[in-house]
Amino acid sequence: MKVMKGKQSLEFEHPPYLKGWSSVVGEKEGEGPLGQAFDQIIDDPLFGEETWELAEGRFMRQAALLAIQKAEITKNQVRYAFAGDLLEQIMATSFGIKDLELPLFGLYGACSTAGESISLASMTVAAGYADYALALASSHIGSAEKQFRFPLEYGSQRPLSSTWTVTGAGGFVISKEKSPIKVRGITTGKIVDYGVKDSMNMGACMAPAAAEVIYQHFNDFAMTPDDYDAIYTGDLGEVGKEILIKLLKDNGYDISKVHGDCGIEVYQDETQDTHAGGSGCACSAVVLSSMITRKMINGGWNRVLFVPTGALLSKTSFNEGETVPGIAHGVLLEREEV
Amino acid sequence: MHNEPTKDQYNEYVEQVTPASSCLMNCVRAFFVGGAICTIGEGIKQAVMHWLHLGEKDALLAVTVTLVLLSVLLTGFNLYSKITKFGGAGGLVPITGFANSVASPAIEYQKEGQVFGIGVKIFTIAGPVILYGILSSFILGVIYMILVRLGVM
Repeated sequence: MKVMKGKQSLEFEHPPYLKGWSSVVGEKEGEGPLGQAFDQIIDDPLFGEETWELAEGRFMRQAALLAIQKAEITKNQVRYAFAGDLLEQIMATSFGIKDLELPLFGLYGACSTAGESISLASMTVAAGYADYALALASSHIGSAEKQFRFPLEYGSQRPLSSTWTVTGAGGFVISKEKSPIKVRGITTGKIVDYGVKDSMNMGACMAPAAAEVIYQHFNDFAMTPDDYDAIYTGDLGEVGKEILIKLLKDNGYDISKVHGDCGIEVYQDETQDTHAGGSGCACSAVVLSSMITRKMINGGWNRVLFVPTGALLSKTSFNEGETVPGIAHGVLLEREEV
Repeated sequence: MHNEPTKDQYNEYVEQVTPASSCLMNCVRAFFVGGAICTIGEGIKQAVMHWLHLGEKDALLAVTVTLVLLSVLLTGFNLYSKITKFGGAGGLVPITGFANSVASPAIEYQKEGQVFGIGVKIFTIAGPVILYGILSSFILGVIYMILVRLGVM
């Protein structure tokens, strides 16, 4: 069997499994529609730390420890960790998991990090380079606002297309040991830039990248939207969702019946005033490790395409008037009876 | 994908599907919130003139100081951002909005130290207002001087 599939995909000959997963979130996420599904809700936004950055790291460490615990292994069995966050030089990752002493590949994929880390961890395990690999992603409203936008106490009006950064972290232990959820394959996304410059409309920036990778996934695996129980993008929000569905429709695929967006699931705009939805590396990670995994285990979903989406910008690139390119990574998950 | 829009087509489409805030509602809210802040200012002016027997010039100074103090306190309790979120420019434009834009970075960047945190970053938002405010008043001053010398004014 050929593992390389089509142009951008892999279909593993010996597929790895999600052995354990965790979702650790902040108070606002806990009050959202998925509140009951998360493993842990931390009411203190600083998580007992001094700064937002250290707090985000603490969320990641907690997610790592919990995922390891739920996979029923010890941290010494983790051969590689793949982790990333939104901060400059991914400092949340560095400070968060330095004490865990895990061999680490630090990643930056903006909010697509969960897809990137699960992809790489799956490849590593499938190739036999690790018995257990850990994939992690985190974000924090405090550190993200401070870095990309304004101080939290500054008064301004957020546009209706803007999203709210999810505070939290998700962790996934990938292993060859059988478990109910299998990583059948991956489709790695390219950077796609349709020239949108509005960083407060990230859904529009990222939707083309999501469309591109989903389109390529269908082609590479010779499947159509009907073959999936759900296709979940990371954080396109209401605006991006509409655009994605149209872009794919224009290319012959109607995903409107199976498409969901983690950012839309994680908050309720009417009561939580989050506007277009949630965003951040943690957004897709914690929705996968709560709602999506639950639906796969108990809710009858057998095949899910998980597509975290990232908007690639920095404060400098934005001030210099550059566009906001997007990237998205597809992970094909399947239910397996064990 | 085989059927991709051009960048112009895409940006045009994005503009169509992106919801916009209601301009009229924003104006109405800004009017009332900004007006309320100014009314409070006027109230303070009348009060200090009446009770503390200050002259008009000193009373206006007292108004400025009091409004700035109030705004900084509200910023510290994370309440001022809610006023601006609702009132938009009504919260942004009065001197209280300016105070909020100085106090909020001071709080946020305090963790980065007195010099590189507060010292460097306190004017990240207000800085442009100060710089271009002074520059434009200088230019206006020069124009005024020329007009006076020419005997126009």
